[in-house]
Amino acid sequence: MLAQLEPKADVLARRDAIVAGLAALLPADAVISDPLRLRPYETDGLSAYRQVPLAVVLPASTGEVAAVMAFCHANGVRVIPRGAGTSLSGGALPAADAVVIGLMRMNRIIDIDFDNRCAVVEAGVTNIGITKAVAEDGFFYAPDPSSQLACMIGGNVNMNSGGAHCLKYGVTANNLLGLTVVTVEGEVVRIGGAHLDAAGYDWLGLLTGSEGQLGIVTEVTVRILRSPEGARAMLAAFPSLESAGAAVDAIIGAGVIPVALEFMDRPCIHACEAFAHAGYPLDAEAMLIIEVEGSIAEQDALLARIRDICAGFGPISLKVAESAEQSLAIWKGRKGAFGAVGRISPDYLCMDGTIPTSRLPDTLRRIGEMSEAYGLKVANVFHAGDGNLHPLIMFDANDPESFHKAEAFGADILKLCVEMGGCLTGEHGVGVEKRDLMTVQFLPHELAQQRRIKSAFDPDWLLNPSKVFPLETV
Amino acid sequence: MTPAIEAPPDEAALADLIRAAEDPLAIEGNGTKRGMLRPVQAARTVSVRALTGITLYAPQELVISARAGTPLPEIEAALAERGQHMIAEPPDLTWLWQGGTQTLGGVVAANLSGPRRIAWGATRDHLLGVRAVNGVGEVIRSGGRVLKNVTGLDLCKLIAGSQGTLAVMTEATLKVLPAPEATATLAIAGLDADRAREAMSVGLGSPYGISGAAFLPVEAASWLPDLAGRSATLLRLEDFAASVSYRTGRLREELARFGEVEVIADEASRAIWRSVRDAQPLAPETDHAVWRVSVRPTSGPGVLAALAPRGVRGFLDWGGGLAWLAGPADEATHAAVVAAAMADGGTWMLMRGPHALRASVAVIPPDPAPLARIGARVKAAFDPKGLFSPGRMRAGAG
Repeated sequence: MLAQLEPKADVLARRDAIVAGLAALLPADAVISDPLRLRPYETDGLSAYRQVPLAVVLPASTGEVAAVMAFCHANGVRVIPRGAGTSLSGGALPAADAVVIGLMRMNRIIDIDFDNRCAVVEAGVTNIGITKAVAEDGFFYAPDPSSQLACMIGGNVNMNSGGAHCLKYGVTANNLLGLTVVTVEGEVVRIGGAHLDAAGYDWLGLLTGSEGQLGIVTEVTVRILRSPEGARAMLAAFPSLESAGAAVDAIIGAGVIPVALEFMDRPCIHACEAFAHAGYPLDAEAMLIIEVEGSIAEQDALLARIRDICAGFGPISLKVAESAEQSLAIWKGRKGAFGAVGRISPDYLCMDGTIPTSRLPDTLRRIGEMSEAYGLKVANVFHAGDGNLHPLIMFDANDPESFHKAEAFGADILKLCVEMGGCLTGEHGVGVEKRDLMTVQFLPHELAQQRRIKSAFDPDWLLNPSKVFPLETV
Repeated sequence: MTPAIEAPPDEAALADLIRAAEDPLAIEGNGTKRGMLRPVQAARTVSVRALTGITLYAPQELVISARAGTPLPEIEAALAERGQHMIAEPPDLTWLWQGGTQTLGGVVAANLSGPRRIAWGATRDHLLGVRAVNGVGEVIRSGGRVLKNVTGLDLCKLIAGSQGTLAVMTEATLKVLPAPEATATLAIAGLDADRAREAMSVGLGSPYGISGAAFLPVEAASWLPDLAGRSATLLRLEDFAASVSYRTGRLREELARFGEVEVIADEASRAIWRSVRDAQPLAPETDHAVWRVSVRPTSGPGVLAALAPRGVRGFLDWGGGLAWLAGPADEATHAAVVAAAMADGGTWMLMRGPHALRASVAVIPPDPAPLARIGARVKAAFDPKGLFSPGRMRAGAG
């Protein structure tokens, strides 16, 4: 089982007093301490790990968050920020002695400013909620993680979430202008705003992706963009991983940057086809979904160009969507990939390493060899344009040995990513899942440097304990 | 007195020097930006100018790495050879000071971005990885060479824009993109600043991917041909030739209500945006101070209007969100620039001025009190001996 920091005995002993203290700060329905009602908060999107927290609070404003933080700080209580609880790395896993600050009640859209192309929203607004609020006026919020129907912008900021379209539009960090943050002492700080450039240290950049280690994000100013005139996808199937990888290189080498460039291997194609009946070619070893944007004529021109490039690499089939409906059908299988794998395997672990794209075929072959050695099936689906892999390792959670094997297999994949010149996590975050692998990517003094920065914000290490940094070095 | 510049031949020698150092060091590349922000209080100057060369360039992977002292033109030339470019289009502002050739490290440390920033992000947005030496002489890495990476705290962003005060960068890795096949500028003559801002909002709010939006008042537009003493509102398209041609047509229709739209193609268009990028239209008097003010785009015209009575002239980039300003180099004028930026919650940066002015005013905004306290601890977390460029950004601090 996953190691956590030793709970603070004095905090556990003062549990009732702490709950009473929190109850004095917030409306009655905003403090949860009943063991049964705490259960829904015991885990997040990485459901293999569970721990019921000491209490959960549901503040409805930045002021309430500040009051809770000041109280917890004064009482030496650890806190864990939580949005929708969709983290795939255990970023919101509670601790027995910690208060979970759930931000889902902070779900107001405060301001939309089309002239300056930005919106101010509270941390508990869902990712899709931002786009929905501006879509009627032809705008959208660009980062689109797979969990976008549920996940919240505060969590996106903390994990620097990506999505299928970040090859063109960037990740969360590239689409933010400002934050309101509550410090560990309970002070409210505004960073950035509607203007583009900060002067001085880039606090916005540092806080983005900091996994709740530095402060509690309560409000976010995001960039909103005008939607393109249209978008359309094509599908290219190849007889080998190498030919598909070479096609990816050739597309980008030709100066074409599609808005999305997704890669699926044979097991993933089969799982998705069985699930979504999207018409995927079952004889292919690898398949690309490539999406372009613009007017119909522009889409035609770009898709023709990409088609010609793919044709040079011996494809099994090339299918260009003729309509928005056909385009949706092509995407349907990909978007349902996680569900599709869930259908053929009782459980799966979703990995998230990144590699240099030139190492794709090598890496996939090595993952295939590991799959045989571990006796666990793996399906690969990933963002090929940026080398962000999502191997889905299938296992049976009812069999402890199967789970341990899956964990070890996952760790080996991530080590392989680092060996290939990449990194442990492209968009899911370190959380608890990859915490103990940080020493694979960083040298001890590099981790110490990061830890000193954490200490500068949070001297007593109360914020989101047991995450990101290996425990033995805390 | 000009102290001798020490330029260690490699990263290890730089780390040795820093490990042994006890007293402040002014950190620089080629020192072209010495005249920016505050004068550094250090007896020794340490340069990374001897750390040069491109260490990795993988066009298909859209990444380039180079040592921090590599001259920026060398990187731009290597990219151009493979039909690629720097996404944030960093400006060459060296003409504002004493000239010279800026380095990659200098551009990243100052997080300088050009017109494309409005659409495609700042230099810091494309910084994938750094190597740097911290204040105790340790070589630290953050980020890497891949396009997506959220492993650990993002020290790249913290080091970008830190003006050499946190760590001495020795190598930087950037995402790059294919350079566009074609470009065109749509120009409207004679608008006032408010009307120009509206036109820029229409362009930037369109689905046509405007990658530059600038407003040059009459005195900043005199170098452009055929304007006959009128202001210029400029919108840029960059894409495949067929797209640029189609989008030019659509935008012409959408902008028709603002006046006649002239289209300037390819090389002439590129020359205009190089000039805007480098703030050349500012044409400041020799003894004028120069400021850069970042506000919400709709507030740019107000900044120009508020400062005009004080003899401050300027122009707008980033759809109105970046005001380049030049005016009398005195504290009263600086205070007026600060007030104009603060009125909108924006930021200012004193880019050029006499030594006495730079030493006595807030050249950038102060951080709010809680962040200032945290900032001092972050500075100490990198540089506990307080070696790196003291006073560069704020008096008595990094």
